[in-house]
Amino acid sequence: MMQCQECGQRPATLHFTKIINGQKNEYHLCEVCAKDKGEVLPGLNNSFSIHNLLSGLLSFEPSGVGGGAAQIQTQRCDRCGLTYSQFSKSGFFGCAHCYEVFGQRVEPLLRKVHSGNVIHHGKIPRRSGSRLQLKRELEYKKKQLKRAVEQEEFELAARLRDEIRALEKQWSNF
Amino acid sequence: MSLNRFISRALSDWMKGGGPEADIVISSRIRLARNLMDTPFPWVATKEQLETVISKLAAIIEKSKNNEALGRLELIRMDRLNSLERQVLVEKHLISPHLANEARAGAVILSQNESISIMINEEDHLRIQCLFPGFQLEEAWNQANSIDDWLEINLDYAFDEKRGYLTTCSTNVGTGLRASVVVHLPALVMTKQMNRILPAINQLGLVVRGIYGEGSEALGNIFQISNQITLGRSEQEIIEDLRNVAKQLIDQERKARQRLMESSRIMVEDKIFRSYGILSQARVIESKEAMQRISDVRLGIDLGLLPGVSATILNELIVLTQPGFLQQYAGQMLSPEERDIRRAKLIRERLAEQMDLN
Ligand SMILES: [Zn+2]
Ligand SMILES: [Zn+2]
Repeated sequence: MMQCQECGQRPATLHFTKIINGQKNEYHLCEVCAKDKGEVLPGLNNSFSIHNLLSGLLSFEPSGVGGGAAQIQTQRCDRCGLTYSQFSKSGFFGCAHCYEVFGQRVEPLLRKVHSGNVIHHGKIPRRSGSRLQLKRELEYKKKQLKRAVEQEEFELAARLRDEIRALEKQWSNF
Repeated sequence: MSLNRFISRALSDWMKGGGPEADIVISSRIRLARNLMDTPFPWVATKEQLETVISKLAAIIEKSKNNEALGRLELIRMDRLNSLERQVLVEKHLISPHLANEARAGAVILSQNESISIMINEEDHLRIQCLFPGFQLEEAWNQANSIDDWLEINLDYAFDEKRGYLTTCSTNVGTGLRASVVVHLPALVMTKQMNRILPAINQLGLVVRGIYGEGSEALGNIFQISNQITLGRSEQEIIEDLRNVAKQLIDQERKARQRLMESSRIMVEDKIFRSYGILSQARVIESKEAMQRISDVRLGIDLGLLPGVSATILNELIVLTQPGFLQQYAGQMLSPEERDIRRAKLIRERLAEQMDLN
């Protein structure tokens, strides 16, 4: 059993994270010290509820985006099952796919958290990064093929079709 | 077990000190947050899914048991450790309190010198951490980066062209990078300059906080500085910014030490030798006082006033006198009163051993 970090005497029963100036701090307090510090929150399992700060930012979104508020709240990630309301309460994404599902709506949040930045400018994973490039190349060639067919440039289309086949083979080997 | 043997087994590399600017910078750390593409993030995933994450990593470790670049890596499941053992890992900064106490199916991969720790199923599936003594951000980054590449050979990371590495919390998305340095700034605190410096650092997008103690207090005059923004800047830019600010802090601290010695040498000496006297004689000492005294003694060493005492004493004693460590060394649970007695004893013995070596 973990001891309370404040008094060091009683077992810590409240564990939560607080965000101060964007820095996460973990707290482990006993009930007595938690009351003293005014940290008692409705509902005892506070592990994620302290993301109130983040969820506060999420509620800033402009009203009237794609249907009523109720509809937004019940929007659900089809992979992990997280609803938008759960997401906005916790400030936590449930899976990689959540970023697509709630994508547009999190931009204001990202902008606030990262000083206006919303686009990644850092490392790209080596292996899946090259797969990403392959995917882009495939998409590009398919678009070109469509246009070649429309414009009846059959020689070009045949060449593109072969290139696409080769790329697809490479893709399936990943 | 003798104190010396216990300590040599208990110390991680970073606690043994050394590295560039070691008189002020205690340690440098790089942390990368990574998740797997097809598995829900830990707080949503089922226990079974989390077990699969551990199995995947266990297989990678197994396959490359003799990875020459990284040395021997060991995977330790949290449920195989008792609460005291977990607490010691927290006190050595190898795992977070969250992993120790709350993670379902939590585990950690450690290198032998404990400079590498990879937390599994913490807030994110993976938290790759490299911890070096002294001012070695670049070295820590190079190591974390190569571990990341090595893991990615066998893992499909959650990555998106637009948002970068996808993380559970939006505060880590993008690079997933948290770079930090831990610095000892007694002279800036003594000359009351921190109140002026902290807001300036915050404005640069960096966060400063005490790593020991509550709220705004920084026990032992030990501060951690880290980046806040993870999205929209490259890893190199983030590290470069932090390094530049840390350099300025080091510079300011050195100047403050010099000025202190010029303007009030006798007062500084008195403070340092009083603290040394207390640490080498006290029979009962609570952790708050111990931290402050150890900080004073460390300053004395850096100023050349205590030639017989090893400079690593601060790094070492601060960790060794934490509750988990004291209890581990005693081999039993201890009440706070018993801990204060044991703490005083351990510090006394450690200082005496140092004097014997001379
Ligand atoms: Zn308490
Ligand atoms: Zn999801």
